[in-house]
Amino acid sequence: MLLALSTAAIVLLALLWELSRPKLRDTLAQWHRQRKAAGRGAAQLNYDPGRERRAEQRARELLRSCVNDEEWGMYRDLGFMRVWGRLGERPGADAHAMAGAPYAYLVYPHKPIVAYLPQTGVLLNEYCVAFPDHTRPYGSARLPDSDDVLAKWMALTADEHQLIADANMHLPGRQIDPEQIRRDLARLSRWERERLERAQRGAGSVPAS
Amino acid sequence: MKLLRLKPGHGEIVLAEGDVEVPEQEAELIEAFRRELDGGMWAAVPTVTQGGRREAEMVKSFGEVPRDAERVIFFPRAAGGR
Repeated sequence: MLLALSTAAIVLLALLWELSRPKLRDTLAQWHRQRKAAGRGAAQLNYDPGRERRAEQRARELLRSCVNDEEWGMYRDLGFMRVWGRLGERPGADAHAMAGAPYAYLVYPHKPIVAYLPQTGVLLNEYCVAFPDHTRPYGSARLPDSDDVLAKWMALTADEHQLIADANMHLPGRQIDPEQIRRDLARLSRWERERLERAQRGAGSVPAS
Repeated sequence: MKLLRLKPGHGEIVLAEGDVEVPEQEAELIEAFRRELDGGMWAAVPTVTQGGRREAEMVKSFGEVPRDAERVIFFPRAAGGR
């Protein structure tokens, strides 16, 4: 009698298990989906689509307050900045300070620094350098574009040798298309010409009385 | 004097601000300065030369910061990129 009852109970349990298994599986899968969705929801709540834009706006203001008007105008209008090499001063600025051919760098946000000879347009090298913030605030180690330019500008004007030593040097064309750089140099040349013309017009104009 | 730090996703943040002539405030500036350098940051002071040229000066201790500097900017140390 006891044996028969035990057998019946085991059979009943097995049947119940078989019947409830699909429902249990579905419930478990739904629970996993809900957990994933909750995680995504939290991440979306933390994501602020305007944060990067505001960060860049702040960075631009800081950059503007640090560099001179010409450099700022260049970056604002062309998207890159020329920084003169320290070993060769700007032509005509101070003849006594010149040592060797003048050279300069083109500083782009989050791209290599390009060294070139302004008088001939010859490209010298690409210096790949980054300023990663390993604390990764907001999940990214990457500075806003204008902060990256500012960091390069500060490092170049303060300690060019150190920055160049820290960078990975490559021949031109490894990351930035040389044709693009030549186009940028032509834009820079045009931009400087127009700026000079504007300054001359401003200096020569007579205020209306 | 303001100590600023460039920060991803934010732009610069003010770490500390004070008058270097006031001992308590100077002590706070020095502490914040050391904390950033110990954290691996570089520090630069934007300057204007006598000729009017703008440039930056790297500083490795608070003593190297010009007393009349308005800002010290901390930024992550350079590393060779790809």
